[in-house]
Amino acid sequence: MADLSVNICGIDLKNPVIPASGVFGYGREYEEFYPLSELGGIATKGTTLNKRTGNLSPRIAETPGGMLNSVGLQNPGIDHFIETELPYLLKKDTVIIANIAGSTPEECAAVAEKLDSTDVHMIELNISCPNVKQGGAAFGTDCTTASEVTRHVRRSTKKPLIVKLSPNVTSITEIAKAVEAAGADALSLINTLLGMRIDIDTMRPVLRNNVGGLSGPAVFPVAVRMVWQTANAVNIPVIGMGGITTGRDAVEMMMAGAAAVQVGAAVFEDPYAPVRIAAEMNEFLDSRNISSVRDIIGAVKPW
Amino acid sequence: MKYTQGKFIITKKSAVGQNIYSYTISCPEVSSIAVPGQFVHIRAEGHTLRRPISICGIDPGRTIRIVFEIRGEGTAAIARLNEGDLIDMIAPLGKGFTVNDDFKKVILVGGGIGTPPMLSLAEVYGSRAAVICGFRSCNAAILQEDLKKTGAQLILCTDDGSAGVHGFVTDPLAELLEKETPDAVYACGPMPMLRSVAELCGKNVFCEISLEERMACGIGACLGCACRIDRNGEEHFAHVCKDGPVFNAREVIR
Ligand SMILES: Cc1cc2nc3c(=O)[nH]c(=O)nc-3n(C[C@H](O)[C@H](O)[C@H](O)COP(=O)(O)OP(=O)(O)OC[C@H]3O[C@@H](n4cnc5c(N)ncnc54)[C@H](O)[C@@H]3O)c2cc1C
Ligand SMILES: Cc1cc2nc3c(=O)[nH]c(=O)nc-3n(C[C@H](O)[C@H](O)[C@H](O)COP(=O)(O)O)c2cc1C
Ligand code: FES
Repeated sequence: MADLSVNICGIDLKNPVIPASGVFGYGREYEEFYPLSELGGIATKGTTLNKRTGNLSPRIAETPGGMLNSVGLQNPGIDHFIETELPYLLKKDTVIIANIAGSTPEECAAVAEKLDSTDVHMIELNISCPNVKQGGAAFGTDCTTASEVTRHVRRSTKKPLIVKLSPNVTSITEIAKAVEAAGADALSLINTLLGMRIDIDTMRPVLRNNVGGLSGPAVFPVAVRMVWQTANAVNIPVIGMGGITTGRDAVEMMMAGAAAVQVGAAVFEDPYAPVRIAAEMNEFLDSRNISSVRDIIGAVKPW
Repeated sequence: MKYTQGKFIITKKSAVGQNIYSYTISCPEVSSIAVPGQFVHIRAEGHTLRRPISICGIDPGRTIRIVFEIRGEGTAAIARLNEGDLIDMIAPLGKGFTVNDDFKKVILVGGGIGTPPMLSLAEVYGSRAAVICGFRSCNAAILQEDLKKTGAQLILCTDDGSAGVHGFVTDPLAELLEKETPDAVYACGPMPMLRSVAELCGKNVFCEISLEERMACGIGACLGCACRIDRNGEEHFAHVCKDGPVFNAREVIR
């Protein structure tokens, strides 16, 4: 049995596999399958200052090797999260990462401030959502807005701050460096890639929102590339995600430089995916006589 | 809601129509807690997303039955499974129909591939049920023999008049509703049909309808399957996989 534990910003995770934000709700539905304590951590559904209803349906489309979603940050608001979901999650003996979002830097900071006085372990700031002040372009696609929102949130909390990057950018390393300089303790990537499907019979986009975020196995090589570039460009830990379905995928992502991984769309096909992936990583490490998963972080030998 | 994920043996496979298959699946635990109107979420080989299919028959402690039509690649992959193969499903899921032993007279309305869940209800209500089924034509009609065996009164409608009543399910439904007020009307089928059924039932007839929406998790975690619901005058998003698929017709906003 290899040592699967990792440490990110001073927080110990018993294994490096974390269900990604948005696919796992607040964990309750998956507890029907296995104890949440088997997970390295849980990234909760993106939460905003006030309740949001999200987009109209259909919000889901299947694509070759993946899926599109346009759920649109539907959530009950941070107060509900802190009163109802967080106390339940904190009893589950796993690391709780509160994923937060907002339409302005001030909103994001206000959400983080409310979390600062709770026992949540980490905050993951999603900067892929549209910034209403800057005409609706995502914070995460511009170095200036990305560092501005990071700085605001940084000032409002002492919790370890993970900033989750959008892949819909020209240079991921520029954004990563800007966010690091603005005070992020860690980075996570990738969020979904913007995509679209059209029903050619009705000539209507499959998603009611017309466009949505692509995730699943199809994005895996893009994610590995971006994690590798980012890990080489910054001096803070990087959490890798995007298309991870097997233990071997997770090993590959960690070799690219990820200190931990998140698993999103894979839980839809296999609700046990995060637990299975951790077990498969262990098998791989044992078969190679690698005693600790930490030894493979960034172990790729580039040509 | 209690559910499990597992691989279960298909004990019987048959074709019940063109590109429509019936599977009987051995799943003692699932079948002992499943209720009419619930669904199963089936893994389709090579696909990221599972496919939701209604439960069509329940033999408690033994088996469930599903009946589905090949619509695209996912259902085609599921249809390639044979007797003796394992089917991977999360089940039973969702909130089913309200079944009440005191109901003396109920009407079940099934449109096309919305008919299968009506069979599991007909098995509960037997002769207390009138079942109105609508299909495009005579050769698209399914499950008529199974429905007959339940002892329910059967009314078949076809759009082209090739069998039964020429016209939509709403015509015989309106007639029945005029004669007497049933304890419940249950319906599953295309949205326009559900809308007409809900309208006919109005405020005075208890009416439940089963909705469809594209799903990812199937258990209420991803918020992928939202539908708009009016609860006590307030609009909010419910989730078809967890709060439904069965809803009180008066709550659904479309
Ligand atoms: C609660 C519920 C119960 C259902 N019960 C039955 C049943 O008993 N028998 C039956 O034949 N069909 C049933 N359906 C419809 C069935 O789920 C779809 O026909 C099927 O998912 C289509 O998959 P596909 O790969 O063949 O088609 P594709 O069009 O290739 O599917 C692409 C994606 O869209 C989704 N999708 C397409 N059509 C529908 C639809 N109508 N509803 C929901 N998702 C859809 C698929 O799941 C998949 O994710 C039910 C749907 C729901 C929501
Ligand atoms: C249905 C769905 C909802 C999501 N919601 C969020 C969210 O609220 N916040 C967020 O930061 N990322 C969200 N994501 C993105 C995932 O956390 C993850 O970054 C992405 O899906 C890539 O990983 P995957 O390929 O393993 O799914 C969502 C993804 C999906 C599929
Ligand atoms: S499909 Fe995930 S919430 Fe309904």
